[in-house]
Amino acid sequence: MSERSERTGGAAAQPHRREGASGRVLRFRFDGREYEGLEGDTLASALLANGVRAVASSIRLGRPRGVYAAGSEEPNALVQIEEPFPEPMLQATTVELYDGLVATGLPGQGRLADRPDPARYDAVHAHCDVLVVGAGPAGIAAAGVAARAGARVILADERPEPGGSLLGTAETLDGRPGREWAAEEVAALAALPEVRVLRRTTVLGHYDDNHVIAVERRTNHLGAAAPADVARERVWRIRAGRVVLATGGHERFVAFAGNDLPGVMLAGAARTYANHYRVLPGRRAVVFTTNDSAYAAALDLADAGVEIAAIADVRQAPGEAWAARCAERGLEVLTGHVVTAAKGEGEVSSVEVASREGGQAREIPADLLLVSGGWTPVVHLFSQAGGTLRYDEELGAFTPGETRQAVEAAGFARGVRTLRACLEDGAEAGRRALAAAGFAVPAGPAVPSGTAVPSAGEEPAAAPAEHLWLVEAPGDGGDYGTHFVDLQRDVTVGEVLRAVGAGLTSVEHVKRYTTAGTAHDQGKTSGLLTGGVVAHALGVDVAELGTTTFRAPYTPVSFAALAGRDRGPLHDPVRVTAMHEWHVARGALFENVGQWKRPWYYPRRGEGPGEDPGEDMEAAVLRECRAAREDVAAMDASTLGKIDVVGPDAAVLLDRLYTNMMSTLKVGSIRYGVMCRPDGMVFDDGTVIRLADDRFLVTTTTGNAAAVLDWMEEWLQTEWPDLRVCCTSVTEQWATVALVGPRSREVLARLAPGLAVDNDSFPFMTWRDAEVAGIEARVCRISFSGELAYEINVSSWSGLALWEAVMASGEVTPYGTETMHVLRAEKGFPIVGQDTDGTVTPQDLGMEWIVSKKKADFVGKRSFARADTSRPDRKHLVGLLPEDPGVLLPEGAHLVETSALPEPPVPTLGFVTSSYRSAALGRTFALALVSGGRERVGERLYAPVGADLVPVTVTSHVLYDPEGARRDG
Amino acid sequence: MLLIACPWCGPRDEAEFHYGGQAHVAYPEDPAALSDEEWARYLFFRDNPEGLFAERWSHTAGCRRWFNAVRDTATNEIHAVYRAGEPRPVIA
Repeated sequence: MSERSERTGGAAAQPHRREGASGRVLRFRFDGREYEGLEGDTLASALLANGVRAVASSIRLGRPRGVYAAGSEEPNALVQIEEPFPEPMLQATTVELYDGLVATGLPGQGRLADRPDPARYDAVHAHCDVLVVGAGPAGIAAAGVAARAGARVILADERPEPGGSLLGTAETLDGRPGREWAAEEVAALAALPEVRVLRRTTVLGHYDDNHVIAVERRTNHLGAAAPADVARERVWRIRAGRVVLATGGHERFVAFAGNDLPGVMLAGAARTYANHYRVLPGRRAVVFTTNDSAYAAALDLADAGVEIAAIADVRQAPGEAWAARCAERGLEVLTGHVVTAAKGEGEVSSVEVASREGGQAREIPADLLLVSGGWTPVVHLFSQAGGTLRYDEELGAFTPGETRQAVEAAGFARGVRTLRACLEDGAEAGRRALAAAGFAVPAGPAVPSGTAVPSAGEEPAAAPAEHLWLVEAPGDGGDYGTHFVDLQRDVTVGEVLRAVGAGLTSVEHVKRYTTAGTAHDQGKTSGLLTGGVVAHALGVDVAELGTTTFRAPYTPVSFAALAGRDRGPLHDPVRVTAMHEWHVARGALFENVGQWKRPWYYPRRGEGPGEDPGEDMEAAVLRECRAAREDVAAMDASTLGKIDVVGPDAAVLLDRLYTNMMSTLKVGSIRYGVMCRPDGMVFDDGTVIRLADDRFLVTTTTGNAAAVLDWMEEWLQTEWPDLRVCCTSVTEQWATVALVGPRSREVLARLAPGLAVDNDSFPFMTWRDAEVAGIEARVCRISFSGELAYEINVSSWSGLALWEAVMASGEVTPYGTETMHVLRAEKGFPIVGQDTDGTVTPQDLGMEWIVSKKKADFVGKRSFARADTSRPDRKHLVGLLPEDPGVLLPEGAHLVETSALPEPPVPTLGFVTSSYRSAALGRTFALALVSGGRERVGERLYAPVGADLVPVTVTSHVLYDPEGARRDG
Repeated sequence: MLLIACPWCGPRDEAEFHYGGQAHVAYPEDPAALSDEEWARYLFFRDNPEGLFAERWSHTAGCRRWFNAVRDTATNEIHAVYRAGEPRPVIA
C-alpha cells in the first residue's frame, strides 16, 4: 500500500467533497464498507462526502431514509455505533467522526450494548449569575456583556465549536468569517476568571427555580483514543440566577408526496454541508421554499458547484434582492409554484413541480431537493420552564411569551430575524441579566467584540413568508400516504386526516393517536408541521390550535450519564458493623437489611478437597438454631436502631408515642413497646431502657431507625413543642452482641466475673453496667428467641474485641439473621415490615396486652374504637403447620378455604408472612395473616402452591414454649 | 428541582427536604370526644387545591426543622415560608 497523504484535496475517495477541503484523513466503516472522511466531519457529512444517500430505514414502513438535517434536529439518519463501544440510536448528524469508527444504519430502533460499559460518567453541580444556552450570535453577545461586567457566566453549546448559525451560513462579521469571530470571542470570554464555556454540552431540561440539567460529552468524539481517566460524559446540574436562551431555530419541511426520499434535505442543512463541511450533498438540485432563506442556500450551493435546476417558491413575490441575484446567476425562479412530488427509486431522481393555479406539472431531473417550510424558534426550554408561547403571524411559528421564571429568550429563539438584530438582542439580554443579578450595567457599544462593533454583513430586506404546510396533491395512492409529517415515526398526512376525521380536534390528541412528535427527536422538525396540517384539516388557525407540551429531555440522554458514579457499591451507602471483618473471615453470607450488611448464616466450610462440600443454608441454620436452643450461641445485633431520648419530659413523650405505659418503667428496667400511627396500625416495635429519670434508650427495628427518629422529631416539633426532650441517634455509637441459649449465663459469668448473673440479682427485662471481657459494657436481659439471653452493648470501638472474646473459647456458635428469624417465629414474635404491612393493629398481632387501657390518649388510641379495627374478619397473626411436616410454604402464598379452587375471582383468607424449617419442632411451620384467624385455630386451610393445594392446620402463633419457661434458663 | 428557603438555613435544593403534606391540621385536643366521622376526617381527608396551599416541609438533610410554606400548586412558586406554630401569612 502506498503512503497516504495526511492532507487531501477531496479526490476520488470522497467524490462529493468540495475542492480545497483540508484536514487529517479519518478512516471509518459504515454498514460494512470502508470510507474516508476528514477531521471536523460528522458521520453524516462524511457519508454525504462519499455519496452515501440512504443511511437508515424507517421504523414502521421500512422506507430508505437519508440525512435530512445538519444538527440535533435530525429525524432520519439514526445510527448505531458498533466500535469502539456499542451505543444505539445516535444521530449521524451529531456523531463526530474519528479514526476507527464503526457504525451501522438503524431501522428506527437500536440494540443495547452486550457488554459492560468501561467508561466513567460523572456529575458536576454549578451555580452562576447567568447561564447562556447557545453560542450563536445572540448567545455570544449576551455572554460577552454579562461576563465583561464580572458576572459569573456559563455559556453552553451542544456543538463542538461556537458560532451557531454562523457556522452554516458563512456570513461575515467585521469583515471576517463569522466562524472566526465566534471562535475568538468565545476564547476571550473563556479566559475571564468567572466564565465557564461548555462545548459539546446539551441543555436537556429546564426546571423550577432555574434548575437546569445539561450533559457534556467529553470524550465521545475521540473514539478509541479517549483517555480512560476522563469521564466520557458529565451531567451538569446548574442553578442559575438568570437564564438566557439563545437556542436559535430549526428549519421545517413541507408535506408533499415522497418528501422522505433520500436526497430530500432541509435547505439550511444543505447550506451547512456546503459551507462548513465542504461537502456537496448532490449535483443537481431543485429548491422548494415558502420564504427567502432558501435563496441564500441556493446561491451558496450554486457557488459551491451544485447545479440549481429551479427554485419553486410558493409565493407570487419573493424578496426583490434575492430575485435579482438569481437573475444575475441565471437561476430559474418559479413563483407561485409548489413541488407536488419527489420521485425516484430509493432516492430522488426527479422532482415534479406545478403552478398553484393548476396546469401541467413539470418533471425536473435532480438528485437533490432542498426544502424550506420556514423556521421555528427553539422554544423547548422556555416552555419546559413554564413559559407560555404565542403565535407570530409573520414567522408562522410560536415564540416565547410570558414566564414567571428569571429566563428570557434572545435572538432567533424569540423570532428576531437578522444577524445584526440578533447580536443586539443578545447584548440587551445580557444587560438585563446583569441588572437582575445586581451588577452595574456598562455603557458602550451595543455589541461587544473587542475592538469594533461588527458590521453584520449585507442583509437584503426580507419579503414576508407564506405559511404553507401541505401541498394538496394527494400522490399516487390518492391518500396522502407519502406526505410525511413525522419522518421518525412514519406519520403521514393521511393518518393525520384520519385522526381528525375520527373527531380529534386537539393537537395533543392527534399526537397520541398518530404518535406524531413522540419519537426521540421530540418532533423538532415535525411538531409545528403536524399542527399546521391539523389546522388546515379543521379549517382553523394554527395560532388557536396551539402546540403540544414540551418536555425534557431536549435530546436523548444515556442512563449511564444520569447514573454517573452512583452505580455498584456507590449506588447506596453500605453500612457494616464493628465486627464485620470477623464475619467475612468466618465465611458468613450476608443479607441486606436497609443499607446494612448483616450476617445471614455461617456455613461450615468443607474439609479437604472434594469429599466434604460443607454445609448448605438449611443445614447451617438448623445447626445454629439447635445451638441457640440447646447450648449457647451469639449474634451481632449492632444494627438495631438506637435513639437516646433525654429531657425532663422524655417519659411524657414516650407515653404518647407507645401504646403501653413507659413513664412507670423503673430506672434499671426494660420494657417492650409498640408504636402505632394515628390510624392505629403498627409502625415499629422495640425495647425501651430507662437509664435515668430523664433518660431512655429506645431501640428500633434495623430498617426503621431513621423513620422512628423522624417520627419523634415530627411530633415534638409540630404538635408538642412544649415538651423538653432531645432525641439523638446513637445506633452507630454502640456495638451489640446477643448471647443466647441455656448456657449463656455461664458464658457471661466467665466473661464478666464482677457481675452477679443469677436470676434474682439480674432478672429478665433489667439491665446492668458491668465490665465484660475487660470492656465497659451495658448488659441487658432481653430475649428475642424465648431462651435465656443477654444483649451486651459496648462502644463501637470495642465491638470487635468483645465479639472475639465471646468467640474465644470456641464453645459459642455464631448465628445470623436467618436463625434469628426462625427462633423468633417459633415464639410468634412478629417482625414489623415482614409480618405486618401497615394494615395491622397490635390486636391483630395478638398483642392486646400491650395496648394501655389506663392512658387517656396515645397516638393510635382513638382508632382502636373505630368500627373497622374491631371487625371480626380482620386478619390475625396465626401459626400454620403444613400437614406434611416436610413441606415448606413459600412466603406470600395465599390461603383458601376449599380443597379445590373455585372459578376466579378466588376468595382468599390471607397469606403466609414467614415460613421456616424448625429444629426445635422437628418440622416446617409458618406465620400467616388470616381473616378471623384466631377463631380458626384447628381448622384446615389450603395454600395454592403451583398446581397443588397444600393442606395446612391453623394454630396459635406461639409454637414453641408457650408458657415462657425457658427465658430464665 | 425547587429552591426552598428554609426559615433557619436559607435557600437550599429541594432534595434536602422531606414533604409533610397539608399544614395547620392539628392533632385533635381530645380524640376520644370526636365522632368516628370527625376522627376519620382528621386521619384521611386533606385539601388538594389548585393554587395556594399551606404545606409542611422538613429540612431533613439540613437543620432537621419542620416549617411551613405557602406554595402555588399550579406554578410551584413558593410565596412564603414560616416557622411551625406561626399563623399562615396572608398572600395578596
